[in-house]
Amino acid sequence: MEALLTERETILAAFWMTIRLTAVSALGSLVLGTLLTAMRVAPLASLRAAASTYVSVARNTPLTLVLLFTGLGVGANLGVELSDDIATNNFWLACIGLTAYTSAFVCEALRSGLNTVPVGQAEAARSLGLGFVRTLRLITLPQAFRAVVAPLGSILIALTKNTTIALVVGVSEASVRMREMIETYGDQVIEIFLGFAAGFVLLCLPMGLLFGWLSRRLAVAR
Amino acid sequence: MSYANLYEAPGPRGVRRNRLLAGAVLLVLLAVAAVVYVRFDAKDQWAAEKWLPLLRADVWGTFILPGLAGTLGAAVAGVLLAGLFGLVFAVARMSEHRWIRVPAAAVVEFFRSVPLLLLIFFAFFGSYMVIGVNISAFAAVVFGLTLYNGSVIAEIVRAGVQSLPKGQREAAYAVGMRKSQVMRLVLLPQGVRAMLPALVSQFIVLLKDSALGLIVGYDELVDRGLNGIAANFSNVIPAAILIAAIFIAINTSLDRLAHRLGAA
Repeated sequence: MEALLTERETILAAFWMTIRLTAVSALGSLVLGTLLTAMRVAPLASLRAAASTYVSVARNTPLTLVLLFTGLGVGANLGVELSDDIATNNFWLACIGLTAYTSAFVCEALRSGLNTVPVGQAEAARSLGLGFVRTLRLITLPQAFRAVVAPLGSILIALTKNTTIALVVGVSEASVRMREMIETYGDQVIEIFLGFAAGFVLLCLPMGLLFGWLSRRLAVAR
Repeated sequence: MSYANLYEAPGPRGVRRNRLLAGAVLLVLLAVAAVVYVRFDAKDQWAAEKWLPLLRADVWGTFILPGLAGTLGAAVAGVLLAGLFGLVFAVARMSEHRWIRVPAAAVVEFFRSVPLLLLIFFAFFGSYMVIGVNISAFAAVVFGLTLYNGSVIAEIVRAGVQSLPKGQREAAYAVGMRKSQVMRLVLLPQGVRAMLPALVSQFIVLLKDSALGLIVGYDELVDRGLNGIAANFSNVIPAAILIAAIFIAINTSLDRLAHRLGAA
């Protein structure tokens, strides 16, 4: 226990990094995922093809490879520099990788949500003279969102756990700290593991409860 | 599913406008591709000497095939053990005995909410202190894959069994089966079958997750491909593209299989 207590400051800092990675990537994936969903159902075949190719590539590539590619490809070879500070730069690169990966899953969830909206909703919107964008924005997407609150919650929880892989682009979050601590305090391996595991349980459990409650509250009664 | 109900069939003007927009979209995509192409070109990532090694038999023999074997080895061991873990804990969580049900639920919920990488680190760096021997990177990866994915599979199987009509269980009891027979002969086979698509999706997750092995130095495809090949030919981008293509090919065929199983 004493290792966890002595190092509580650095552990909290590591988890704070985990939380920041999660928050930024969650926001990014929500925006990009919604955009991808709109593209996948758009009247233009080229938009549909681009979005569905993107989704199947991102979904079927290991996140480790996506993040390595972000670090080596986008960072080193494309020369994208988001900050002069290496740690900040790595943070943003990790967010890009996590967003690129997670938004594919957001898109899948949201599209299945669109399937639950009765055809009549869109038809009524069209008969009022709404075009594609406004039909989607005002009528079908809001209902789709309310239908997929629970799956979005699972995606957010998965994202929280996935931020541990950001260590491959050099972000020092919870998993890095745990490895260092196991090496330093070899005699307290089990306590250290349970401590870090508890951190993630504390992060993920309330999220699951919140999204479960939200999904019941926001469910569209039909 | 078609989403054509979201918009009107375009008239002559609409068709023209859509063509224009399609052209614009194409231009934007081409522009992005061009920027990426030029930037990578500046780093010589398209040079023939960086791509040609990917076609050489010795490169495949030294890096890609052993890496693929490592990935598939961990994935197959993970699928078998996680499947077993999942079945056992699904049944345990549905037990009538509180003292089996509650601990099983706690184990499943715990391993579902701990990141896989922490499990692998715990096994790999902590094994000596806990059990007195250092376990191999392979064992650490399989350990993590089993506990994490096994817990998810337990939940999938449990959901499958719970989705069955009550009459299945009642009828099985009515013909005189014992509790274990009801579960083993009637409920589990149907529950697993109903959940086959979800199970295959989880196996895809497991296969992708095996790429975490490179962090503890397990020789799998991403490590061999990205680090191994790129170290010799400094062709990170071509190697990454090839490795991604291999993963996508395997996973999309598994995905198709899942769809076919779902339709059957």
